[in-house]
Amino acid sequence: MTRPSTKHLAAAAQQIALLAVVLGVWEASVRIFDVPAIVLPSPISIFEQLVKLLGSALFYRHIWVTLSEILGGFVLGSAAGILLGTAIGLSRVLARLLFPYVIAFETMPKVAIAPIIVIWAGYGTGSKVIIAALIVFFPLLANTVMGLRSAPREEIEMLRAFTATRWQIFRMAQLKHALPHIFTGLDIAIVLSVIGAIVGEFVGAKAGLGYLILQNNFNFNIAGSFAVLFVLSGIGIVLHWIVSAVHERVVFWVDSAPALSRN
Amino acid sequence: MLSISGLSKTYEARGGGKTLALTELDLMVRRSEFISVVGPSGCGKSTLLKILAGILPRSTGEIELAGELLTGPSRHIGLVFQAPLLLPWLTVKENILVPAKIQRLDLVAAAKRADELIEMVGLGAFARSYPKELSGGMQQRVGICRALIHDPDFLLMDEPFGALDAMTRETMNAELQRIWSLSGKTVMLITHSIPEAVYLADRVIVMTPRPGRIVDDIAIDLPRPRDLAMHSNPQFGEYVMRIRRHFNSEGSLDA
Repeated sequence: MTRPSTKHLAAAAQQIALLAVVLGVWEASVRIFDVPAIVLPSPISIFEQLVKLLGSALFYRHIWVTLSEILGGFVLGSAAGILLGTAIGLSRVLARLLFPYVIAFETMPKVAIAPIIVIWAGYGTGSKVIIAALIVFFPLLANTVMGLRSAPREEIEMLRAFTATRWQIFRMAQLKHALPHIFTGLDIAIVLSVIGAIVGEFVGAKAGLGYLILQNNFNFNIAGSFAVLFVLSGIGIVLHWIVSAVHERVVFWVDSAPALSRN
Repeated sequence: MLSISGLSKTYEARGGGKTLALTELDLMVRRSEFISVVGPSGCGKSTLLKILAGILPRSTGEIELAGELLTGPSRHIGLVFQAPLLLPWLTVKENILVPAKIQRLDLVAAAKRADELIEMVGLGAFARSYPKELSGGMQQRVGICRALIHDPDFLLMDEPFGALDAMTRETMNAELQRIWSLSGKTVMLITHSIPEAVYLADRVIVMTPRPGRIVDDIAIDLPRPRDLAMHSNPQFGEYVMRIRRHFNSEGSLDA
């Protein structure tokens, strides 16, 4: 959990060096081979677009719209996944009854459902929240079920022998054993939620970063599209960091790092 | 204190076959008595323990504990398991308080008692440590404290020292004897170590497999407190020999 900071810094330095090399090669190739900006814009022109975007107040409204869709979908989908996962994880009857339908639902491509959701819920943020939630739902459900079943039988017997009720066993052991799995699910979910929000905006939206990418593409401003993409990726990384940090803090008794480690 | 009559347990295999794990078991244990149950793997001693703990249903028979018929897990019993089974997200003291929380006892009084128990087993400096910071022997001592926190009349131990090295095991045996003499609890210790059984017990119950049953019930008439030198006492050796003979005819013991 506490990694030596010199190692941390060295890793960060290497990562930045790699980025610099990639950007350098990119910039050089665009110049040498005279690639048209419509095909592949140069890093410098993307950077210029980024500066321009960050200077406009409207851009922050777009960020806010997409961010609220991401977070809304994440919270809604995770909550639904954890709740249904708990029901399925604790009850064999419910598991038998619901699991085939859950799998059937999961095999439906959410991208294909997205246009229908937009028709149902409109062009506003609501439909994006629902689409993101639908994508986020399954990893949380699966991880919660797996986590609840990961409590060792001996430990449950120990609690039973001390006269614990089913509810006490759930609270004192099963839920705790499920937490590492649930957080692994949340780590995946936050990234999926970004995808869900953008997919939703691509289908039909009036604002947001996905909407902005489409606008830039229509205007052949490919550098602008790239700039928005980088902002999106930055949002994704920061959200993932936050989830990982909470993960390590809450599940302090497990030594392993989160599924997608920070380094 | 504890009275078992006509107890048997049949496991039904999926294929329809039946395994007789315990048959026609009768046993009386007096208050404050320390009895050891010894036998090889498959003699039903773990089955007996699980039935007493209330986590395995019996097939036939009756069990009376502290004047009540046993129908499930009982507050009169404190259990120590083969593995310490401590919850890794709780500190030593919080782990010890688990039964008190389950049974909704007065937590202030229980916390005070937990401190006393931690002192008694010599873990005073580790009350706030997490299980992974403790050695196996220390974890097992925490397990013993947990079994005593709700002040049960009857301490039931399932090969509690089986996973420990020989040196730690001897220390733990001496410690258990001391805890028992201080607490006045009735103790049933399940073990497959014959010397451990004799060293600790007032009475040794010998079980053999196929089907699991009691074949001998030996009163151990050795003075207390017993120190490690007891192991070289000739009378001690005779008890051990007498028990061992049961297994030479019926198959061997693990230890």
